[in-house]
Amino acid sequence: MKIFTRFGEFILMLKGMFTKPENWRMYWKELMHQCVELGIGSMGIVSIVAVFIGAVSTLQTAYQFISPIIPRSVIAQIVRDTVILEFAPTITCVVLAGVVGSKISSELGNMRVSEQIDALEIMGINTKAYLILPKILAALITIPLLVILAMTLGIWGGRFVGELTGILPHEVFDRGLVEAFVPYNVKFALVKAYTFAFIITAIPAYFGYYVKGGALEIGRASTTAVVSSCIIILLADYVLAAVLL
Amino acid sequence: MISINNIAKGFSDKPVIEGVSAEFETGKCNLIIGASGSGKTVLMKCLVGLITPDAGEIMYDSENFSLMNAEAKKIMRRKIGMLFQGSALFDSKTVEQNIMFPLDMFSHDTRAEKQKRVDMVLDRVNLNGAHKKFPAEISGGMKKRVGIARSIVLNPQYLFCDEPNSGLDPQTSLVIDKLIREITTEYNITTVINTHDMNSVMEIGDRILYMYQGKKEWEGNSKEIIFSKNEKLNSFIFASDFLKDAKDMRMLEVSGKIDEKRNMDQLLNG
Repeated sequence: MKIFTRFGEFILMLKGMFTKPENWRMYWKELMHQCVELGIGSMGIVSIVAVFIGAVSTLQTAYQFISPIIPRSVIAQIVRDTVILEFAPTITCVVLAGVVGSKISSELGNMRVSEQIDALEIMGINTKAYLILPKILAALITIPLLVILAMTLGIWGGRFVGELTGILPHEVFDRGLVEAFVPYNVKFALVKAYTFAFIITAIPAYFGYYVKGGALEIGRASTTAVVSSCIIILLADYVLAAVLL
Repeated sequence: MISINNIAKGFSDKPVIEGVSAEFETGKCNLIIGASGSGKTVLMKCLVGLITPDAGEIMYDSENFSLMNAEAKKIMRRKIGMLFQGSALFDSKTVEQNIMFPLDMFSHDTRAEKQKRVDMVLDRVNLNGAHKKFPAEISGGMKKRVGIARSIVLNPQYLFCDEPNSGLDPQTSLVIDKLIREITTEYNITTVINTHDMNSVMEIGDRILYMYQGKKEWEGNSKEIIFSKNEKLNSFIFASDFLKDAKDMRMLEVSGKIDEKRNMDQLLNG
């Protein structure tokens, strides 16, 4: 029963975000601030994760392809498709659910507990619109870009390690990259990125915004937010793959 | 003036406030006092619209706040300033940005005019030079003063203070009380203060509402409180022996018998 109550609260929270802003300029400023916080702030971790995922993909694919009848360029094709289809959008967003999700949840939770949200309400500001909407919009703008960055760096990581270890010369890797390339895969990855961007901001925002209690509850809300976001990302990943592929 | 009529609010079928009616006058410090759990914070949150009462009517001058829709309440709230118990300053903003925030959001003034207004209110609360400091870098008393500055920056008609002296030393409490009193009379604001502090009750209590277990138990002013025969009020206000003695002295002083008592003591002590 509780899950339906929470779902209802979540829908009401989303509905409450859509009102006319009190001051467009302030909302725009907040949106830009969130783009910097969520987008630029996550570039480092996304880059590191992407490079290593690409590198490990090349090594493990090469390890499993010992047959001489399979051309080596197939390794590059597999690395490309796994990075584009799964690793870049899903793993990046699972990592971001931890980084961004806990930040959003604890920030809003702290604002709630220290009455900062009440202070904004007293000023006549729609706090759902001012605090949550810019975060979701910023994620919808920056996370697909981060996923594109992760795709590029993931493939580059695979190519670099192939060359470095001598498993796959870069000429062969480059040839494999363009062979049997399906542009729809990129489109599919971006659909996933937009879906996951919404999940990793809206769910932690819900848990943070409605937190009750003190420091302990803020911590608990952050953990619940991250765990829930990760599970819903994996669920959405399966549903999208089943429907769109 | 704010008037409330038969306000009631409960949580999970447990009544927290029941049938409270009162009037809070303009240009005066109206205090709501009571023990922890007596419902005074819930009453204040009902007054500002953070909690919707189950029953009753809240009138801001001639406007019925209870009947307003969400949009009208939002507009009404721009006439309201509130000082929170923990100050509720935005951690990521400097003192200046905290005070500038309501102006940036709602004022159409130029940047220079806004800056002038911020400087003026900071000067009013004696915080010149604290512009660039973050809330984490200032003391509790300063945070309260920044909170007051932020709540008056838009020239509100109504000021609400939730336990303005909590966590402050007695001297700083007096400074905050004096500031609230001055601002109330200077700008002719209707000020409602929720407090536990007996100093505030005696110093600035132009009108006092005593809440007991969610109900209005007593109403009066700081002079009347001394002579009140209400047992619940007396056991709450004059809880310590020191305060009981102070009350007795004050009663004697007011009734003109203190000199008589002094003479008697001198006679008895030789």
